Amino acid sequence: MTDAMIEVKSLRKSYGDTIALDEISFDVMEGEIFGLLGPNGAGKTTTLESLEGLRTPDIGWMRVAGIDPTRDPRKLKNKVGVQLQSSGLPENITPEEAMKFFCAYHGVPPRFDLIERLGLEEKRKTQFYELSTGLQRRLAIALAVAHAPMVLFLDEPTAGLDVASRVELHKMMQEFRSNGMTIVLATHDMAEAEEMSDRVAILLNGKIAATGTPMEITATGSGLTKVSVRTQNSCLTKSDIKLPSISQKSTKDAYLILFSTNISQTLSAIMTLIESKGDSLIDLRVERPTLEDRFLEITKKEEKL
Amino acid sequence: MKAFSNHLIFEIKTGIRNKTLLIMNYLLPLGFFLMMGLVMGGIMPEFLNTMIPAIIVFAILSASFLGIPDPLVNAREKGIFRSYKINGIPAVSILIISVLTTMIHLLITAVIITIAAPILFDAELPVSWLHFGIVFLAMAFACSGLSVLIGVISPNSRATVLWSQLFFIPSNLLGGMMIPYDLLPDVAKKAAQLLPPTHAMNAFKGLAMGYVSDYSPWASVIILVTSGFLAFILAVFLFNWDNHNTEKRKFYPLAVMALLPYLIGIFFLS
Repeated sequence: MTDAMIEVKSLRKSYGDTIALDEISFDVMEGEIFGLLGPNGAGKTTTLESLEGLRTPDIGWMRVAGIDPTRDPRKLKNKVGVQLQSSGLPENITPEEAMKFFCAYHGVPPRFDLIERLGLEEKRKTQFYELSTGLQRRLAIALAVAHAPMVLFLDEPTAGLDVASRVELHKMMQEFRSNGMTIVLATHDMAEAEEMSDRVAILLNGKIAATGTPMEITATGSGLTKVSVRTQNSCLTKSDIKLPSISQKSTKDAYLILFSTNISQTLSAIMTLIESKGDSLIDLRVERPTLEDRFLEITKKEEKL
Repeated sequence: MKAFSNHLIFEIKTGIRNKTLLIMNYLLPLGFFLMMGLVMGGIMPEFLNTMIPAIIVFAILSASFLGIPDPLVNAREKGIFRSYKINGIPAVSILIISVLTTMIHLLITAVIITIAAPILFDAELPVSWLHFGIVFLAMAFACSGLSVLIGVISPNSRATVLWSQLFFIPSNLLGGMMIPYDLLPDVAKKAAQLLPPTHAMNAFKGLAMGYVSDYSPWASVIILVTSGFLAFILAVFLFNWDNHNTEKRKFYPLAVMALLPYLIGIFFLS
């Protein structure tokens, strides 16, 4: 990762009285997968559409691959690939025709290999409306990358995809990144964002509520670590035990579930207690807060304000 | 150019694959042709004198007003135009291709009607094929231009149907295809001059079929072509990529300018 491929400074966009983007600023580095997260109406789509040249912001400054999307949308077309949330294809077009059609406008030969790779080979001559949602999405992705863009915008790319296609798409995204492609990924799927993104920005009410690597964002939360523990004689669930650095405690399916503010103290105390009771450990799971936990924490905090 | 031709070929194929377009471009006009030949040929033999232009004018009305606007509105609403914009497909290409494909389908329909009408119903053939072609192209261009404009300014599919019918129904009643223009009352004649088929039928009669026209046939051709150009230019200007089609709404009254040649014609043609 070297230079900024996308630069956004004080971007503001309103629709009537509604402020969709409230002077947001962020950078996306070359070869980075940047996750854009947020609940519905947070401003993700407006951000993407502004960067894609589909919307003109009220104020602010932005560059995508060195191009101002508002002033030079035509120059932008060969630099960016966009997979829209709505598939954006005529219902009677076949995957083969769509590939020829869009590649011709980009001045590149059709990439039928992508059709094959995304599992559309057998449906090459099937009309778009006859394809399943998953296949329609795969085609949209194939078309978005067919001209080898520098920047790829993906809007909910795995929605409606089965597990195998989702894994294949994630593999492709990693491959694109290793080839230097910059990817902006707007998603509701926190696990996907955490797994795939180098950095994420959480948008709330048109503002960036948090930005950083998934690790950085989860680390800035309440810091609670979830511990699930089960023993042979259920000594931890039977007695009214006292453990250090615990914020919440509950039981489920013979497991004691704890939220710890200091994991080393809590784990050490659990092991001592089990030994002192003459019990033996069956299962112990330690889970760090996920991006989803942190996301929910941020959105709840925002709702309270 | 390769991209444009690819786009054009795809749209032509769509016109055959899409059931609605297949009906509007071929089945409706050809069905109407057979029905009119069987019914009108018997009860009003003079209808056969201008049967070929009358049925072709009906085919143009059907393919343009009923076939063009709705696919444009649907494409905008489904975000297809947004996807086109991102991929650098110019608005003018989208609109030109829409007009061209309709004209190609119409040409095929017109050839079928022109060949079949004399064989099946003993209809009269044109006396000037060149003028026949010119009037056909002028009428097809005028109606396609207006239809593209309707598609561009329609806020949704329901409004599209309404706007299209505003041209389609009066055109069939007053356009001179079934009731000759000279039989209309004076007020209806003036109203009819606001419609493209009146001018097309007048020009077909005077220039292509060897009959006396009701007023200057070349003026009719000029009105059709001018209106077609105006409508097309306005459609390009008012075109909106956004699926909600709100950005240029304040300029929509300008669309009426496409009817200006017809309005001017009312004052000068009699």
